[in-house]
Amino acid sequence: MFELFDQLFVNLKHAVVGALPEGWQVLASPLISAAAILGVFASLFALTVLVERKGLGRIQNRPGPNRVGPAGLLQPLADFIKALTKEDIVPVSADKVLHFLAPVVMLAPVLLAYAVLPFGRNMVAVDFDAGLLFFFAAGACVELAVFMAGWSSHNKFSLLGAMRAIAQMISYELPLILATLGVVMLVGSLSLVDIVASQAGHHWGWLARWWVFTPWGLAAFVIFLIAATAESNRAPFDLPEGEAELVAGHLVEYSGFKYAIFFIAEYLGLFAVSALAITLFLGGWHAPVAALDWLPSWFWFGAKLAGFIVFFIWVRGTLPRVRVDHLMGFAWKFLLPLVLWNLVVAAVWWYSRGWAFAGAGILRWVGCAAMILIPYSLLGRALYTRHGLGPRTYRLAA
Amino acid sequence: MNTALLIFSTITLAGAAAAMTLRNLIHCALAGAVAFLGLAGLFLGLGAEFVAFGQVLVYVGAVAILIVIAVLLTRPARVAGESPRVEPWLPGVGIGVLVTGALVAMVKASLVARSPEAVSSPAAPVKAIGEQLMTTYVLPLEVLGLLLTAALIGAVLLALRDPGEARRP
Repeated sequence: MFELFDQLFVNLKHAVVGALPEGWQVLASPLISAAAILGVFASLFALTVLVERKGLGRIQNRPGPNRVGPAGLLQPLADFIKALTKEDIVPVSADKVLHFLAPVVMLAPVLLAYAVLPFGRNMVAVDFDAGLLFFFAAGACVELAVFMAGWSSHNKFSLLGAMRAIAQMISYELPLILATLGVVMLVGSLSLVDIVASQAGHHWGWLARWWVFTPWGLAAFVIFLIAATAESNRAPFDLPEGEAELVAGHLVEYSGFKYAIFFIAEYLGLFAVSALAITLFLGGWHAPVAALDWLPSWFWFGAKLAGFIVFFIWVRGTLPRVRVDHLMGFAWKFLLPLVLWNLVVAAVWWYSRGWAFAGAGILRWVGCAAMILIPYSLLGRALYTRHGLGPRTYRLAA
Repeated sequence: MNTALLIFSTITLAGAAAAMTLRNLIHCALAGAVAFLGLAGLFLGLGAEFVAFGQVLVYVGAVAILIVIAVLLTRPARVAGESPRVEPWLPGVGIGVLVTGALVAMVKASLVARSPEAVSSPAAPVKAIGEQLMTTYVLPLEVLGLLLTAALIGAVLLALRDPGEARRP
């Protein structure tokens, strides 16, 4: 019974491919995988937009969309029709070809990145030996698309926004990639399937063996999350689109469905990087505790992804936007040294795996945690005092 | 496999040709990025996954961006008039022929051309590359690391604000 549900989609695909004539099977197999990824994540995008508008509304003490369909459920459909039917305006002085190509170049690599993510047991489109590298290589192409969008619009706000976005993406790519390296070091593989497989099994027979439960894994996970938020230009790191300063950054001159494509690409990028965080640190499709192993693997992946989406919406509704110089300083002066030091801690964790005396497990955990927390605290304090900042007290106007 | 190689070769050559002939410098840089992508496709077709993804990550993700930003910061993007011409063209052609000749000679003398069977194992696993880097080629790797660190420190020193400049509050 478990087997049936767990492998439902895999068997479905095999059945469809098997029913086709011999020559078509080679072509059909990747096409079906691609269609499934497109369908599932495009629908997830529609759902996320609704949840985000509702959630932000709740946080800001207003109802949110509630007019289209029951409780506003059909709002994504209305948004979609609106985006499709809106006039597509191209500025007279714009570089027409690049202006047209930029949204395409933005969306294509984001979709490609999904190819290597394992969504469930046996559910991965392509298992590359260097899957993680493929993911980041695809992500790197997005920066070029942002530049194309900003430059081709021939608008100073566009160009400034694109420059900010590129500077931010390059700065945060370093901590993002370095945060994943600890896992790569300990697993000894760049294949995401292998990384998920390395997190099988349980501590003490019930708690899953995820990397996030190790001290360096937890630190890498938090750094990865911060860098991922910045990498996908989401609040509180949404400066490239800072409405108050840059109108809408590189998106100023985009309207209609081209704007919608940028929007989709941004959200799909967020889902992809969340899925990568799940794969690397949260055990991929493994259940969190042994008692819950009876639920299908793809359910766990989906549940974790949903958790990430809600978390990102919550963060967006809660935190104010970061200032641009703080943004760069945070990446280069704080995250980068910490994430490099974290690699050393991961190495210590690896070499202390053979400890067998009494209380070794606790000592190893506490020792590695202290190795991270003490530099974290010292570095944070040093940067704080250098900028003349101290603990502040705020008082509401009486 | 041959069709894929043909397609990617065409993309690479077309991108390189466009990078040389287009009028607008930004267009040239972007066409260069297309050529880099085509090259990555060629590596992938030959089974060198790691090299292919590294190529995209480094060349499209960093070098192409560096080029476009350098172009933006140094000169107006729209060059008026006709396409840029290299005036003393004879030395240019000479250097081109020399470089091409040297590359062809090196490929002909390499292991691939002499005994294709010896290197026909299609996919070099990433693990093997890493082990080679950490054992046989550890000295070149360290030297490269030192060089890059020196370059990084140099860049930081260049970008440091002058001591006389007033510090912003």
